Amino acid sequence: MSVPSIAIEKALEPNFQEQEFVHSVYNDIASHFSQTRYKPWPIVEDFLKTRPDYSIGLDVGCGNGKYLGVNEKLYMIGTDRSDGLITCGHEISKGQYNVGVADGLNLPHENGKFDFAISIAVIHHFANEDRRIEAIRHILSKLRKGGELLVYCWALEQENSRRGYKDGDEQDILIPWVLQKKQEKKPKVKKQRKSKKTAIENQLDSLDLKATEPKADEMEETKIEEEKVQDEQKAKEEQTKYRYYHLYKKGELHENAIKAGGSVVREGYEKDNWWCVIKNE
Amino acid sequence: MKFLTTNFVKCAIKTCDSSLEAFPLQYSECELVQEEQEFNPEFICHMLDRLDWQAVIKVAKDLGNTSLPPNKPEDIDPIMEDSQAILRDLHTLLVETRIVEGKMICRNCEHIYYIKNSIPNFLLPPHLC
Ligand SMILES: C[S@@+](CC[C@H](N)C(=O)[O-])C[C@H]1O[C@@H](n2cnc3c(N)ncnc32)[C@H](O)[C@@H]1O
Ligand SMILES: [Zn+2]
Repeated sequence: MSVPSIAIEKALEPNFQEQEFVHSVYNDIASHFSQTRYKPWPIVEDFLKTRPDYSIGLDVGCGNGKYLGVNEKLYMIGTDRSDGLITCGHEISKGQYNVGVADGLNLPHENGKFDFAISIAVIHHFANEDRRIEAIRHILSKLRKGGELLVYCWALEQENSRRGYKDGDEQDILIPWVLQKKQEKKPKVKKQRKSKKTAIENQLDSLDLKATEPKADEMEETKIEEEKVQDEQKAKEEQTKYRYYHLYKKGELHENAIKAGGSVVREGYEKDNWWCVIKNE
Repeated sequence: MKFLTTNFVKCAIKTCDSSLEAFPLQYSECELVQEEQEFNPEFICHMLDRLDWQAVIKVAKDLGNTSLPPNKPEDIDPIMEDSQAILRDLHTLLVETRIVEGKMICRNCEHIYYIKNSIPNFLLPPHLC
């Protein structure tokens, strides 16, 4: 709780920024993050429960799939960039959720096919406004005419004022996620740590390297991936990971929705988030 | 991945959007499991409305099942006994049959997607995004 958020370096390459500060972080924190995600937010729950029976829908960036089982009379497909979180969802539901790994800007579905979609706390992870608008437009393209999309994005104006809004505040920031030490009770033999650097130091190191030469160390990344799997236990020691967010100002999501070619049928603010129901016209 | 889902996924590459070949994907080298699931005739009946039947036939054929009727069953009423039998068969195919391992190939661009541990992966390499 005491770790502060920090501003993100400007003008990073968008794909690189999302890979480093969104996708790889969600995979690293997947199992821990998943444990914190089980309670549906009331407005999302209500949206799902008021869809006509046997409607078909999408959950884009579904995480561990916590919304996929809210209304059993719907057929929903959930996709997410993080295979770690998708695997959590598959396991939590004992294979009942329909999930797949996919990118929100390249969805594997036919256009015009679905009755509705939700995308909860996802769009704010895209690196710039064009991509955020494109993401909304892309999801809308999968809906039939008149289909509705519920979007939630984190607000700059946060009630409890940990990050209370002042005009001119930084909207593009890195938010810390502190991985807890250990989740299981059995004592484990501690392995030696290979690096004493903190996660953010590592990220900043790799940032300098990769920002100039993004392709150079793909091999290195694969290696790191493998180590990560082997050392899952180690990853549970205390570490801080930083996720990139664009915090939405009042009215901004509405504007994005219009630019994406949709029309806003309902909107509001809930739990530090701005939300809009966007209709595919 | 349930058989039913094959009716709702296609190639993720944008240039394949306009191709009629990109849906359904071609299923190859698939390992299947049958797993008993609660039978909900209403659900199957409503899904039937939404299914692209030609795609169901194609995928079933990829997976070695050539016994489906050429046209979508019509006038299905979950209360009628002969409808019940059809719905049960469809339930077995659509909901109880899962692909746990295998390949999904786009018939247009030939890109191969993989299903592992029952989870399909549609992420594209950077040059195809
Ligand atoms: C804050 S979580 C929300 C998860 C879930 N919607 C929920 O409400 O619990 C954000 C999710 O967005 C996913 N995500 C981020 N960028 C994405 C992208 N480009 N395509 C698909 N998913 C993405 C992350 O992997 C993560 O699961
Ligand atoms: Zn294709």
